[in-house]
Amino acid sequence: MKKILALALVFCLVAAFAAVAYADNPVVKIGVFEPQSGDNGAGGKQEVLGMQYANKMTPTVEIDGVTYDVQLVFADNASSNDKAPTAAQDLISNGVSLVLGSYGSGVSIAASDTFLNAGVPAIGVTCTNPQVTAGCDVYFRICFLDPFQGTVLANFAKSELGASKAYCLAKLGDDYSGGLCNYFIDAFGKDNCVYEQFPEGTSDFSTYITNAQNQGCDVFFSPVSTEAAAQIIAKADTQALGMPILAGDTWDSNVILNAAKGTDVRICVTTFYQEGANAEFDAGIKEWINSDATALANNGGNDELAAVTVMGYDAYYVALEALKAAGSVDPEAVLEVLPGVTYEGVTGNIAFDDIGDALRDSAFVKECNTETGVWDFVTVATVG
Amino acid sequence: MGKTILPYIISGISVGGQYALIAIGYTMVYGILRLINFAHGDVFMVAGLMMVYMAAAMPLYIAIPLMIVLTVLLGFLIERVAYRPLRTAPRMSVMISAIGVSYLIQNLALYITGGLNKNYPSIPWISDRVHVLGLETSRVTIITPFLTLLLVVLLVLLINHTKIGMAMRAVSLNFETSQLMGIRINNVISATFIIGTFLAAVGSMLFFTNYPGVVPTSGAMPGLKAFVAAVFGGIGSIPGAVIGAFIIGVAESLIKGLDTILIVNGTITEQIGFATFSDAFTFVLLIIVLVFKPTGLFGEKTTDKV
Repeated sequence: MKKILALALVFCLVAAFAAVAYADNPVVKIGVFEPQSGDNGAGGKQEVLGMQYANKMTPTVEIDGVTYDVQLVFADNASSNDKAPTAAQDLISNGVSLVLGSYGSGVSIAASDTFLNAGVPAIGVTCTNPQVTAGCDVYFRICFLDPFQGTVLANFAKSELGASKAYCLAKLGDDYSGGLCNYFIDAFGKDNCVYEQFPEGTSDFSTYITNAQNQGCDVFFSPVSTEAAAQIIAKADTQALGMPILAGDTWDSNVILNAAKGTDVRICVTTFYQEGANAEFDAGIKEWINSDATALANNGGNDELAAVTVMGYDAYYVALEALKAAGSVDPEAVLEVLPGVTYEGVTGNIAFDDIGDALRDSAFVKECNTETGVWDFVTVATVG
Repeated sequence: MGKTILPYIISGISVGGQYALIAIGYTMVYGILRLINFAHGDVFMVAGLMMVYMAAAMPLYIAIPLMIVLTVLLGFLIERVAYRPLRTAPRMSVMISAIGVSYLIQNLALYITGGLNKNYPSIPWISDRVHVLGLETSRVTIITPFLTLLLVVLLVLLINHTKIGMAMRAVSLNFETSQLMGIRINNVISATFIIGTFLAAVGSMLFFTNYPGVVPTSGAMPGLKAFVAAVFGGIGSIPGAVIGAFIIGVAESLIKGLDTILIVNGTITEQIGFATFSDAFTFVLLIIVLVFKPTGLFGEKTTDKV
């Protein structure tokens, strides 16, 4: 960890000198507050990919008649709630105008006070827990929320999968999976749900699978981190789970596809974007991922697009719109105009409500094709 | 009723077997050096990571033996580099050195893997799905306890009937005296580390085949549980560590399923939430053992000479 940090610092120094020595344009910094290690490291890296690609496509922005070079400043929150405030503080000390991220709601909630005290606006990309924006005036987000997602999943389980009893599994102390499970249970009916939590560091999920089987459930809802997901899928396969697994946006990742390929487990997820919805964009980003070895590794070794990558891409452009509208690189000015910023992204129209949440009313439902190892589109789900 | 409980017992025994293989490493090193080798769980994780990388580059019949050899080498080197120079230092220094090695290994693994989950290669035959006693499970779950017991029997034979085993027993009884009697103490200690890491390498193969995801902290929890098992059984005692590990594995699995067992049984209708406390249970057990029987189930009795 220290090694990475030292390298990152050296890199920052070199970059700063290089910027001073060679760049004609002034620089505007956008903070990237994402996990690069820990439980959510894989997802965080995929989300960053979208931002890096967007930064490559549009490396400059015109603010108040002056062309600025956009520099992404990275901070690793290590998927850990206690490391998140330090990572946030790093970004603020670096003088960023606004912040994008994080993947994972818990770290975003943990860092929200740090951003609030510094008056630096943050745009959540795929953190879906309502708490992220609710208690914090500087936090905005471009994705749908868990109450919505939980309801969509519960409706899907009832009507499409014909389930009458659900097994819900969350990680103890995890805001994302715990929150999503609660909203799912609210929508599905408390009496028809079995809810259990597993502690950090668990790798033996066989007993939870047995619990679901023994209690006669029809659907296994476990919106947990992809790391735990890989274990759950493996055990579901060897123990012949016998019911579909349902999860939220986190599972829209090729970690899941790799784990599920060749098994006979049925997996359905809700997500932000379905590959193929914008063919031109898909082709462009795939070409970039395939041409860059680091990007390819960070995407899990293939060019299957994760929805979080596309969300990261859109978030970058929302940030540029905000900078343009503010006409300044001052965080305070950006914060002032951010509520009124709108943008038409690859994932749909983005606009904010009073709390700072995105106005979104639809989610994609996908199912894992275990033979080919890709996502098959199922339906677009709305609530209302 | 039996059908409800059986899967928990089987999965518990299997986890217990894997804990046992790690716990032996803790208990043997403690028996001889009076050192708790905190890096042991991380060596277990490194064995998993090596397998991930090597299975991608070479066929399994080369990768598996090579992984075991390299893991043993790592265990040997750790002792050589981090513990041997401190042989005459206070015991606390060696302990701190062990903690340092543990963090060093974890952070190196973090640096190499980038912190991402690595999928453990599936080893044919042992990772196949089998149908046993009306249950679907993987073959490794069934094999683990038997393989563990076989290795333990071999180990006990080695300790009781070979020269090096006799030397180990002598060293664990009295360090200085055995040195005076002409036992090459460094060789005995190296042998102990080699056996311990060998068992951890085998354990890692069984564990990660069953739960196929390796991250830099993968060794922490199993290592901690195995340590608790070693203390529970009486640290320094090999049968104690094995029995402790099986008890902890089964109890943990039963606690996770207790809600379901009681609900299916009709004893309760509402969930209580025992599953949440499965880890807490293990550590409460450790505290209780330390309070009421500090030497553990099979611990050596120490008589203070006045």
